[in-house]
Amino acid sequence: MEFFERFAVPHPSPLIYASMVAIGLVIIAIIAGVSYFKKWGYLWNEWLTTTDHKRIGIMYIISALLMLFRGGADAVMMRLQTSVPDNTFLDAQHYNEVFTTHGVVMIFFMAMAFVIGLMNFVVPLQIGARDVAFPRLNAISFWLYFAGAMLFNISFVIGGSPDAGWTNYYPLASNDFSTSVGVNYYNWALQISGIGTLMTGINFIATIIKMRAPGMTLMKMPMFTWSALITNAIIVFAFPVLTIAIIMGTLDRQFGTHFFASTNGGMDMMWANLFWVWGHPEVYILILPAFGIYSEIIATFSQRNLYGYKSMVGSMVIISLLSFLVWVHHFFTMGQDALTNSIFSITTMAIAVPTGIKIFNWLLTMWKGKIHFTVPMLYSVAFIPLFTIGGVTGVMLGVASADYQYHNTMFLVAHFHNTIIPGVVFAMLAGLTYWWPKMFGFMLNEKIGKWAFWFLTIGFCFSFFPMYITGLDGQARRMFTYSEATGFGPLNMLSFFGAGLMAIGFVIIVYNIYYSFRYSPRNVGDDPWNARSLEWATHNPVPEYNFAVLPQVESSEAFWDYKKKGHKLFPDSIKKIHMPNNSGLPIIMSGLFFIFGFSFVFYIWAGVIISAIGIFACMAYRSFEKDDGRYISAEEIKETEDKFGGAGQ
Amino acid sequence: MKELFPIKQVNGFVFSLLLTIVALSVYFFDMSFQLGMTILLVTAFIQAGVQLIIFMHAGESEDKGTIYTSTIYGVVIALFTVFGSLLAMVWGYM
Repeated sequence: MEFFERFAVPHPSPLIYASMVAIGLVIIAIIAGVSYFKKWGYLWNEWLTTTDHKRIGIMYIISALLMLFRGGADAVMMRLQTSVPDNTFLDAQHYNEVFTTHGVVMIFFMAMAFVIGLMNFVVPLQIGARDVAFPRLNAISFWLYFAGAMLFNISFVIGGSPDAGWTNYYPLASNDFSTSVGVNYYNWALQISGIGTLMTGINFIATIIKMRAPGMTLMKMPMFTWSALITNAIIVFAFPVLTIAIIMGTLDRQFGTHFFASTNGGMDMMWANLFWVWGHPEVYILILPAFGIYSEIIATFSQRNLYGYKSMVGSMVIISLLSFLVWVHHFFTMGQDALTNSIFSITTMAIAVPTGIKIFNWLLTMWKGKIHFTVPMLYSVAFIPLFTIGGVTGVMLGVASADYQYHNTMFLVAHFHNTIIPGVVFAMLAGLTYWWPKMFGFMLNEKIGKWAFWFLTIGFCFSFFPMYITGLDGQARRMFTYSEATGFGPLNMLSFFGAGLMAIGFVIIVYNIYYSFRYSPRNVGDDPWNARSLEWATHNPVPEYNFAVLPQVESSEAFWDYKKKGHKLFPDSIKKIHMPNNSGLPIIMSGLFFIFGFSFVFYIWAGVIISAIGIFACMAYRSFEKDDGRYISAEEIKETEDKFGGAGQ
Repeated sequence: MKELFPIKQVNGFVFSLLLTIVALSVYFFDMSFQLGMTILLVTAFIQAGVQLIIFMHAGESEDKGTIYTSTIYGVVIALFTVFGSLLAMVWGYM
């Protein structure tokens, strides 16, 4: 029995026990359901082993939505706990675990997955490619992310959640102050999913550099593809820093080194430094694809070409460089001298310039445009003022001397949610709605979508604007409760009300998916939005091979040229197409990575060694495997094209 | 025969051996820490350049521009990170 004691939750509560039961029931229900409908073969052949970028993208998005609900439930619990003074719904330890989980899940497993999912689905279509450069690697990326996410998600029922914040600062995260295995989970879950992200970065750079359709020079790429290219460049340069920092943290916690200890020559603040060297570029990894999505949507629904294409690209390049030069603004109060803080304060302010250029470009795209207020456009239009408020408060926080007042208060929490929610979350929802017909061949219901939009936007304002005020009044972040005398009560209750509205908004989105799946018409055609870029030149839903004939491109709006200017998009005839084979190796290898991480968390060395041998065996197998892919014959393609009505020819 | 002889690679190989010997001298000769570190850093960076250009053929394909741009970008980011960290954690730390 002694062996199993380590898996006990160190600080249990009825809620956690209920979750254990719920998780068990859901797993049983899934297994029973798939068996009952005899879908194991379908699931394995069509989804789990797929190397198709579209299916991998959809799996990323489904996982991201699941994580959104996990993180969202945590958020509602936090708002509920702080809604009234001296609340006892959660105690201090549970509150720590909940806000840590909320942060990690939302950034790493929701936002990152959503961004990468949309990139997976859209980028090869936008550049007229059949798939990504390395389809097998792409599957491994997804499954490693999924293994990491699942590893992190079981922490609260097996062994205990991490509780040192999503920033995981040392010495708090060291063995002295975080005695449970929680931080080990943090290290291994992020390490495993981080490998996947890094490989995605390499994969997409190679794809975008090498696989563009004939005629598509770099300056003729659609804006979302540009943002994806720059994002992946940032991923490749930023993620190794996190990898190394986490390895150092793991060595500290599990092998007795002193990198981040406050004794024996260690520097505890070095973690904070390295974390933010990665962490600030990470912010732009999330927001740049969002900018790309807004650029596509705003141009489409204003019925105009994007204003200032070159300045859009230029400002993204500048942002990507500046994003590496500002990280110290996350710890202005650590104790640097005024000169150091001033340097990083100035670089921080400088980022506002290219961002401002982008905002004006969007406004000028809409200027004199024929604006259609569809659901994606509503999100985009709401994004501009709300994100600007978030940006302006960011500049306030960037003033180093003033930051001593704002640091670690709810003002900061309000600021970054004000950029991330209208920036990233709205963009992902807008992008999902926009590209939904490309994925599934039917539209999401507009009316229900608008209800969800208004609940989310109004809920957002109620939820986060009060935090600016309580933050300035001195309410510290991560404080699990407060006394009535502070006067924070009413505004926090308002915040909880807003969180409730947002929760309703997300439920409406789920209902919309269900409703549209049941009742939405399936004959939406290939171009339901009157769109402009290349991904709309193929069918809805996209056939496996993307384009029957490789498109020939002359501008960033190839499809618009085809529709309005008589541009000949598909000059060739249909020939056989070379496609990658499915493979079970990625999911098996990631399963082994999961066991590896889990064993490492609990110091089960036998499990570590066996799974490591398994991982290397998978790699060796892959090295000697001969896989030349397969061909789809021209007849088969013609048959499929005829089913779609032969359009696009 | 002359066309077949890889003179560039042989020169590169000799040069990289030379750089290794210079770096090794830090161990055998008694010199100050600063001087030793300087020699090591300089030879290390030249060595990396030799490897990249001569043996990994960085400048020989049509991707030349892309390869050099991303390499330089990577070096610049690494330098910013290292010197920024030194600034925040050591030099500018009160």
